[in-house]
Amino acid sequence: MSSNAITIPGTQIETRPWVDELHQWLATVDHKRLGILYIVSALLFLAVGGVEALIIRIQLMHSHNNFVSPEVFNQMFTMHGTTMIFFVAMPILFGFANYLVPLMIGARDMAFPRLNAFSFWLSFLGGLLLYFSFLGGSGLYGAGSAPDVGWWSYAPLGARAFSPGHSSDYWTLALLVSGFGSIGTAINIIATILCLRCPGMKISRMPLLVWMNLVMAGMVLIAITPLSAAQIMLLIDRYLGGHFFDTQAGGSAVLWMHFFWIFGHPEVYVLIIPCFAFMSEIIPVFSRKPIFGYPVMVAATVCIAFVSMSVWAHHMFTIGMNSYANSFFTLTTMAVGVPTGIKIFNWIGTMWGGRIQFKTPMLFSIGFLFQFLIAGLTGIMMAASPFDWQLSLSYFVVAHFHYVIVGGILFALFAAFYYWYPKITGRMLSERLGKWHFWLFLIGFHLTFDVMHIPGLLGMPRRIYTYEPGRGWDNLNFIITVGAFIQALAILVFLANLVISYFKGARIGNDPWDAWTLEWSISSPPPAYNFATVPTVASRRPLWDLKHPEDPDSRYE
Amino acid sequence: MSAVTTSFPKTAAAWDLPSRGKVAMAGLIIAESAIFTIFVVAYLFYLGKSIAGPTPSEVLETPIFYTICLLSSSLTIHLAAKALERDYARLFLAFWLLTIALGGLFLYGTAQEWHRLIYDRGLTISTNLFGTTYYSLVGLHAFHVTAGLIMLSVAAIFGFAGRMGVSQSGRVAVLSMYWHFVDAVWVVVFTVVYVLGR
Repeated sequence: MSSNAITIPGTQIETRPWVDELHQWLATVDHKRLGILYIVSALLFLAVGGVEALIIRIQLMHSHNNFVSPEVFNQMFTMHGTTMIFFVAMPILFGFANYLVPLMIGARDMAFPRLNAFSFWLSFLGGLLLYFSFLGGSGLYGAGSAPDVGWWSYAPLGARAFSPGHSSDYWTLALLVSGFGSIGTAINIIATILCLRCPGMKISRMPLLVWMNLVMAGMVLIAITPLSAAQIMLLIDRYLGGHFFDTQAGGSAVLWMHFFWIFGHPEVYVLIIPCFAFMSEIIPVFSRKPIFGYPVMVAATVCIAFVSMSVWAHHMFTIGMNSYANSFFTLTTMAVGVPTGIKIFNWIGTMWGGRIQFKTPMLFSIGFLFQFLIAGLTGIMMAASPFDWQLSLSYFVVAHFHYVIVGGILFALFAAFYYWYPKITGRMLSERLGKWHFWLFLIGFHLTFDVMHIPGLLGMPRRIYTYEPGRGWDNLNFIITVGAFIQALAILVFLANLVISYFKGARIGNDPWDAWTLEWSISSPPPAYNFATVPTVASRRPLWDLKHPEDPDSRYE
Repeated sequence: MSAVTTSFPKTAAAWDLPSRGKVAMAGLIIAESAIFTIFVVAYLFYLGKSIAGPTPSEVLETPIFYTICLLSSSLTIHLAAKALERDYARLFLAFWLLTIALGGLFLYGTAQEWHRLIYDRGLTISTNLFGTTYYSLVGLHAFHVTAGLIMLSVAAIFGFAGRMGVSQSGRVAVLSMYWHFVDAVWVVVFTVVYVLGR
């Protein structure tokens, strides 16, 4: 550990010609650079998907609005959903996994650096392919069109008869290509964690972030592949005249729904488990206590992964399954709440009696805890199939899953940004802008998504481009739109913070938060080789052992 | 991994991690299994749901000989890998080429069968649901056999160039994992398509 002082001076890098620098980034196989590429490309898509969300919200601001045509509205919600799930949430979480997992286990790089680069470029070019549909969707006849059949692309809407031109092909191919990228990354994460841990880093000593990313990668292998298989079937239908989802030839539209949701529901957990991982690293550090119930956290994560594989048809209660299927999927869905509840109690148990520091990462973490709990509770409500029959396909559902994705995943991601930005760039994010970001986003989020439950309960269906006046939806929708713009403002503050702090942020040492995992033992930003000497680990908190040789954790293991 | 263990002699004996190649191939096999599962489910779900003929029992003939070819190639690749571990380069090459020949024979069998179905029986991928699911499932497997044969052939070229020694046995073991997987999938496909499906 003594040779940690080795750093590459920043000036040395800046004097290279920019073409050289660009080439370094494009051809890189370094897990840290690829992690940053993942994160930055995801932020670009976040901006695009955010603009699409704002267009949706402006159109719905009041009844009989004519801001966009129905066709464009359909394209907007399709592209918004597809972009945010496949080209924002997945890549940004893969980016953090890429950056952090090797550092946390004391490795030089990922197990397969070139596969890593290949996977990133597959995902990124998949995103560009999706957006090329705006130009090439109608086959270059001049007027292009993006996919407009919803992010589920339910059969038969995805079939040739209902999606002429190439818009659905761009959607299919983009998801297929990025899906292969995801599988490559998942294999890489698993191989890295199982094969490259530094000496002493037993599987029972891995940081929880590493554990949860291992579970997430395992889920990707099983959950993303059904989508890839279904996309291949859709391509066979569209190009070779197959009949998989062609009801006129005896095919089944419901089978597509099953295949999609066998992917779609585990996908939610693929996204949320890395966020649990962020929480499990950040909350202990800012509570100044080790995580409460480490083995139970691991068991709960694995349990969630297993149970979440058998809940998919709760998205399909309204298509008319028999009562056994309804009961089964109601019960399994409610069962997911148990391990998830264990996790929430463990995080609260970690904070309990701790000396909590209300820095920005911790603020976002506390926001996550509250909002994820509420999101889970509305999820339990809709797990009851009779309740779901009333509210499926309404704005209540939209409010619920945005509560998970924005209130849960995005808040956890912001916490991760504020926590690891100093490690990645060597500079702190501004606390003042961070507080502005947090409070603006919190207010905007609750204004939008708390209120959004109500029009759902009043019967407002999702995916409608406008509505009649006099139903009591106007004021609510107006408030939702105002909230959306406050959130957009908060995102601008965040992006400004990222840029300003990169140049003006306080320079900080290796370990600004006094944390306990290995990535804080090396310089910020880490050198290309990560660790000058391979560290040896004797407990779950190696840096605690280093800082407190008189009372190391290893004594109690 | 040798670099890591040598720099920490005090833990070298205790610190033994699995090979990244085998772990990654196991991951790929899990992912591929999920893809095949979806295609098998689609095949079983659509059995007997075709609106028009031909039906599986009318046109399918059980490819017993070619199945024996593919399954025995699992044995030959295993023997090849074992030979390489003991550094018998020539014996390795002999078993390796036998594996490629058996795999190639299987692909020829599939081609024969498809030719007969398309030209004699008029069954294409767009004829009916049976055609769609049959060609997709068997074709997906044949695609994996083809990919495997390409990788085996690359290894064979290195073998002829005299580059295959005991130092490569780890990589060959990974490749043979893939080939065993392809064979195991055929057991499932064979059971579903030619036994249960008729």
